[in-house]
Amino acid sequence: MKVAFSVNGEQREADVWEGESLLFALRERLGLPGSKNACEQGECGSCSVLLDGRLVCACLVLAAQADGHEIVTVEGLAQDGQLHPVQEAFAETGAVQCGFCTPGLIVATADLLQRNSTPSEDEIREALSGNLCRCTGYAKIFDAVRSAVGRT
Amino acid sequence: MTEARLLPGTSLELGRIGEVVKRTDATPKVTGQFAYASDLFAAGMLWGHTVRSPHAHARIVEIDISEALTMPGVHAVLTHEDVPGAKTYGLEFPDQPVLAIDRVRYFGEPVALVAAEHPEQARRAAERIRVEYEPLEPVTDMERAVEQPPIHDESPTAGHGFRDDPRPNVLRTIVVRHGDPDAEGDVGVEGVYELGIQDQAFLGPESGLAVPDGEGGVDIYVATQWLHVDRDQVAPCLGLEQEQVRIHLAGVGGAFGGREDLSMQLHGALLALHTDRPVKIVYSREESFVGHVHRHPAKIWMEHRATRDGRLVNVRARILLDGGAYASSSAAVCSNAASFVCGPYRVENALIEATCVYSNNPPCGAMRGFGAVQGCFAHEAQMDKLAAALEIDPVELRLLNALQTGDTLPTGQRLTGSMPVAEVIRRAAALPVPEPEELPRDPIRLPGGAGNTTHGQGVTRGIGFAVGFKNVCYSEGFDDACAARVRLWIGPDEQLAAEVRCAAAEVGQGVTNVILQVARTELETENVVLLPGSTDGVDSAGSASASRLTWMTAGAVRLACQDALAELRASGGREVDLERTYHHSRTFPLDPETGQVTGDRVHVAYMTAAMRVVAEVDVELGLSRVVWIGTAQDVGKAINPQAVHGQIEGGTAQGLGLALMEEVQTRDGLITNASFTDYLIPTTLDMPPVEAELVEDPQPDAPYGAKGVGEPPTVVSTAAVVSALRAASGRELARVPVRPDDLAGL
Repeated sequence: MKVAFSVNGEQREADVWEGESLLFALRERLGLPGSKNACEQGECGSCSVLLDGRLVCACLVLAAQADGHEIVTVEGLAQDGQLHPVQEAFAETGAVQCGFCTPGLIVATADLLQRNSTPSEDEIREALSGNLCRCTGYAKIFDAVRSAVGRT
Repeated sequence: MTEARLLPGTSLELGRIGEVVKRTDATPKVTGQFAYASDLFAAGMLWGHTVRSPHAHARIVEIDISEALTMPGVHAVLTHEDVPGAKTYGLEFPDQPVLAIDRVRYFGEPVALVAAEHPEQARRAAERIRVEYEPLEPVTDMERAVEQPPIHDESPTAGHGFRDDPRPNVLRTIVVRHGDPDAEGDVGVEGVYELGIQDQAFLGPESGLAVPDGEGGVDIYVATQWLHVDRDQVAPCLGLEQEQVRIHLAGVGGAFGGREDLSMQLHGALLALHTDRPVKIVYSREESFVGHVHRHPAKIWMEHRATRDGRLVNVRARILLDGGAYASSSAAVCSNAASFVCGPYRVENALIEATCVYSNNPPCGAMRGFGAVQGCFAHEAQMDKLAAALEIDPVELRLLNALQTGDTLPTGQRLTGSMPVAEVIRRAAALPVPEPEELPRDPIRLPGGAGNTTHGQGVTRGIGFAVGFKNVCYSEGFDDACAARVRLWIGPDEQLAAEVRCAAAEVGQGVTNVILQVARTELETENVVLLPGSTDGVDSAGSASASRLTWMTAGAVRLACQDALAELRASGGREVDLERTYHHSRTFPLDPETGQVTGDRVHVAYMTAAMRVVAEVDVELGLSRVVWIGTAQDVGKAINPQAVHGQIEGGTAQGLGLALMEEVQTRDGLITNASFTDYLIPTTLDMPPVEAELVEDPQPDAPYGAKGVGEPPTVVSTAAVVSALRAASGRELARVPVRPDDLAGL
């Protein structure tokens, strides 16, 4: 079936199988593999994207459900060759190791700071508790979020 | 610029030894541009799928692929009959079939392969492959395994210089006798300790792309830990020469030991060569749980004997490890378990027996900490128990017995290098513990968290302490050398420029930066690039294992840079392209009868860490919260301090996970929790702040004095967290992960 949606501000179309997730369509049909496929059951947050401005796991949304909607992925955060402040903060504080969780955490952090520009420690922890990281133990991810607060 | 320079691993970021250096791959990783193995794409590629055994142990009566072959989009269905070369492979012992032949020995064992145009078509075709099984009784209890019918007809590990043990299903047995194993003390404590199966749970699933080269060979782009040993296992099974199989490092989403063994490499290559099309395989999370080896579950019986004033007289330990169906690296894990079970303490008399068995449980092999984690949980519980029996402060007891340079280990190895056990104990113990937070407080900062299960009622607080140690680099006579190749020239700006090749696997740990920092330091130029890791163009770097890559790549890159520089100068500035191989100090095997080292050392060197943990327990509900962790770790020299702290924080989280929540659960050998819904790893709400101090006591024979850093935090943190839970709850807590029932005393 044919679906059409806006991805990172650009109108895109894809011919998908009815059972395909938005994640699969982004990664395998539209050449946007930045959203990651770590669990594909909504537990790890690696595929976090914004759907009409709301944070969702792209693995839990069918491509067909996204038809006619607006999607922002990690590839859409940098503007005019400039990293998003959250991307800058993650790169500089050592919040990235293997990096597989990074795109999802960056989208989730950007979403948090959009809603709450000065989150408390507990609010940061709660907001990111749906994003698993296996490498960092989260310490430098918290550093990155705190650092991003001052940049956004 | 060559095209290769644009691939992951390449960078012009600056920085030399000892400086905080931003990861070279940070920008591509934060923008989503970094190409992980699961992101790869090739024109005309097919999707591969692996058909796996639903049984832990069964005889295969018949495999019928005829219907699957007729399914839409299917290009190939392969079984063991289609394996052109050797039918079995293995990291150390070739005991594992490429595809099951007449018997399956574990749940999830690969039986057949499908290639189709869409992954869903491949999955649907896989459902139409009819495999007739005759179930056999599975061997699932490691204590009974040595009395049950052998799961391998011949012992795969016999004849490799190991101690003779005629019992069925024994993979390896080690006995270490040191001093007088019957020596008596004034006081004794005993305990029996158990650990469940832990999963590496790296986030990037096993993935790769195999591309036929049109001349009978194949290029495999894969997330792995050791490119050359993958090639050495793949080529014979494909019936190809080594040069016809080229393994290239694709982006790796974490490893932690779980990518030491092959996953999709052989299967993807078989399908690619059969269809003459590129084939991509990406495991699902459920498949990943059966697609790699796990940390060995263990049962450890221990007895400590000490003098009245707290000096250890004799340590006796019996260790049982379940290796699962195939050998993987179990023989080395078993050896490590024996080496480290007494802890970083001076022990003049010891009797240690370690046995690893085969079973029909999930295969086990390498995971961060590699045999030292299990022993640390046991010996540190014993040290706390001994301190209580002697009424000595637990930190004082550890200091009193701390190993130091010049001491002799139970294996007979005399410590000649750096061994600052007392220093890490003192530094960790000196870290100020936060004051208890007053009540009332937000329930998110109480045991039970957002579940709002208590407002402080029934909550107790405890402080725990633990020390651990482990080897760096491979052991027992294994020469895990590392090669590096350097092309050096004088650029048009009259400045030196260099291109480095090294097949070390960047798995997230940051070895790429280490290599570049070493090259920049030695060549005194910032103009250095590192080419992507491959078996093509440079010899083996050895594995991203045993905390060894900092030491080994630094050794190889330094050697190659120094020689290249000397040659360039001698030739008056002509371009140089040379390769050098670095070897660490030689190690020697253990005597199979006495367990004593047959030369001066069994392990190259040792790393140690101490950790202090504050935990709160709701003793009524059995819920817990780790409040704070402080640690001091012996790193030799921190090459990139930011990355070192990152390793310590992440390694600590994995040990905390084993202490509190992580266990691959099985029933009759079948995994029952193969998902992140049911296998829990620590989240942002589980991890406390980790305050880490680096102890830089240079290792004499290591480049720049740098030891490894990846494993010690994982070795020590499980023990340290449980020590705090014991202090808070008053329970014995002899098994990890600790369950709410254990904490509540049910």
